[in-house]
Amino acid sequence: MTQAPPTVEAFEARPVEDTRLIEAKGPWRLAWERLRRDRVAIICFLVIVLIVLVAVCAPLIADLVGHKPNATDQLGGLTPEGLPKGPSWSHPFGTDSLGRDIFIRVVYAARISLLAGVVASTLAIIVGAVVGLFAGYIGGMTDSFLARTMDVILSFPFLLFGIALVSIVGPSLGIVIGVIAFFSWASVGRIVRGQTISIKEKEYIEAARSLGAGDVRIMFVDVFPNLIAPVLVYLTLLIPAAIVFEATLSFLGLGVIPPTPTWGNMLAESLGFYQVAWWYVLFPAAALLITTLAFNLLGDSVRDALDPRGERLFRQ
Amino acid sequence: MVAFLVRRLALGLVVLWVMTGVVFVMFFVAPHNVASLIAGRQATPETVALVKHRLGLDRPLLTQYLDYMWNLLHGNLGYSFYNSSPVRSLIWQRVPVTFSLALGSAFLWLAMGISAGVLAATRPRTPSDRVVTVTALFFYSMPSFLLGVIIFYLFFYRLHLAGIGWFPGNGYVAFTSSPLGWAQHLILPWFTLALVTAAVYARLTRGSMLDVLGEDYIRTARAKGLPERRVVYKHALRSALTPVVTQFGIDFGTLLGGVIIVENIFGLPGLGQQAVQSVLQQDLPVVIGTILVAAAFIVVANIIVDIVYGILDPRVRVH
Repeated sequence: MTQAPPTVEAFEARPVEDTRLIEAKGPWRLAWERLRRDRVAIICFLVIVLIVLVAVCAPLIADLVGHKPNATDQLGGLTPEGLPKGPSWSHPFGTDSLGRDIFIRVVYAARISLLAGVVASTLAIIVGAVVGLFAGYIGGMTDSFLARTMDVILSFPFLLFGIALVSIVGPSLGIVIGVIAFFSWASVGRIVRGQTISIKEKEYIEAARSLGAGDVRIMFVDVFPNLIAPVLVYLTLLIPAAIVFEATLSFLGLGVIPPTPTWGNMLAESLGFYQVAWWYVLFPAAALLITTLAFNLLGDSVRDALDPRGERLFRQ
Repeated sequence: MVAFLVRRLALGLVVLWVMTGVVFVMFFVAPHNVASLIAGRQATPETVALVKHRLGLDRPLLTQYLDYMWNLLHGNLGYSFYNSSPVRSLIWQRVPVTFSLALGSAFLWLAMGISAGVLAATRPRTPSDRVVTVTALFFYSMPSFLLGVIIFYLFFYRLHLAGIGWFPGNGYVAFTSSPLGWAQHLILPWFTLALVTAAVYARLTRGSMLDVLGEDYIRTARAKGLPERRVVYKHALRSALTPVVTQFGIDFGTLLGGVIIVENIFGLPGLGQQAVQSVLQQDLPVVIGTILVAAAFIVVANIIVDIVYGILDPRVRVH
């Protein structure tokens, strides 16, 4: 008698799991095939991989070119007039106003920008997805409260608020990441909430409940997998936005503090010299633009691949 | 409709009230050193305490908060810590600049974004569609400060070197004193803001136009022999604009962020410039006042968006 229930359960559970596996793989494989055929997406992906590699290998590259990000070149770093020097064999991207090598600074800045972008976006995605899932699934008062909270956050003039906060607390990478995540999760939450509300009325959710699945299980096992696509697309679009936000804060002098290089604070420093040293502005600007453009183009292609009907998921 | 408006207004007021609370806690309760900043570097602790007392910062926090709220309800935003002028008039002086900047660039980006989006959507997967998409994403990926600096360099610095002074590099002329001077001073900032933002609208319009053009009522319109222009612009565009309008409401927040950057690059004496300045000086009443005004803009914009919804898309009115 005691052995009977497990066998029955195993017998019933297996086919359900199998069909779900097959159904879940179908659209993903289709999307992957569409994405692989998209040449722009592949190029952008390779560019991003390259930038990540450069960021990770920054100390190795520093050894290779023989410059440190914060070291001034005492001998050949500046012109006799004390101005930045143009690109040359020893300094391929030229030097900055303190005689530091711009190439290695751009390389090191990639670490900060990617770190800020990826960590802040991931935090925002996790918080936004969980809050949106709970709000949409539970409904009622909890939902009203959470939805209104998201409305309030979305009504914040966030850059103004960000610089105000940073000026009070003092600039640091942690604060920058916190500010970006705080103002980004609400839009993720809104999208996830909207999707959850429509998904939870579907028959298969009812089926799961009648099989005895609990709320938490339904939320994360039955509802959440359907949200991975929009969340994934949102993540690739959020990363460049976060990178731009970090650069903007650094540009205003309220982001990461010098001498730690970021593309934003390098650009801020370079603006006093744009009349005499084009390379000082050009290379950090190009690095920033190539990175954000690659992420945005990739995000766009991923969206098209996952949802061939276009921007349906992003309407709300 | 009236009940809906009342509900939205009440919600908007709650949002603003929550925001005052958050901002108040952040700036008055969190440790700040505005008193020693005003008193100067050499100040004795007594002087700092005196300054603190003069600014009313030594009172219990609850008193300060209730006092602030009481004044706020009477339309008084407090007084600047630095020159004692009322925050309301400080903000009021700068509203025309920011408003001109926002209005002009909003007009430009809607015009550019929507027309580019329609262009791309009516010729999907053609070279012109590709060009619109890539251009849009290019400008979208560019931080507004970078685009501002590039535009400043090309159209102010280079042209000035060449002896062409069409576009001044800073300052503001009131519309009432010289409409031409007003436009001249604003045209570069307008384009900076508009180009960065138009990209989003081009993408959005394209996507929703493509969806709408596939609907049955468009086929009906074509079947009854309407010219394609009329189908696209009258029938399809009207309902395709709904997501665009939502985005427009949301972008008021982003716009105010962009305004901060652009005003600082082009030396426009607007709210954004004042915001950065007062933040750096920790002039708390001005900071709070600016944030509140900005938030009120956003709340009002969102309410207007909800009303415009009903006008654009009759289906919404049913709910």
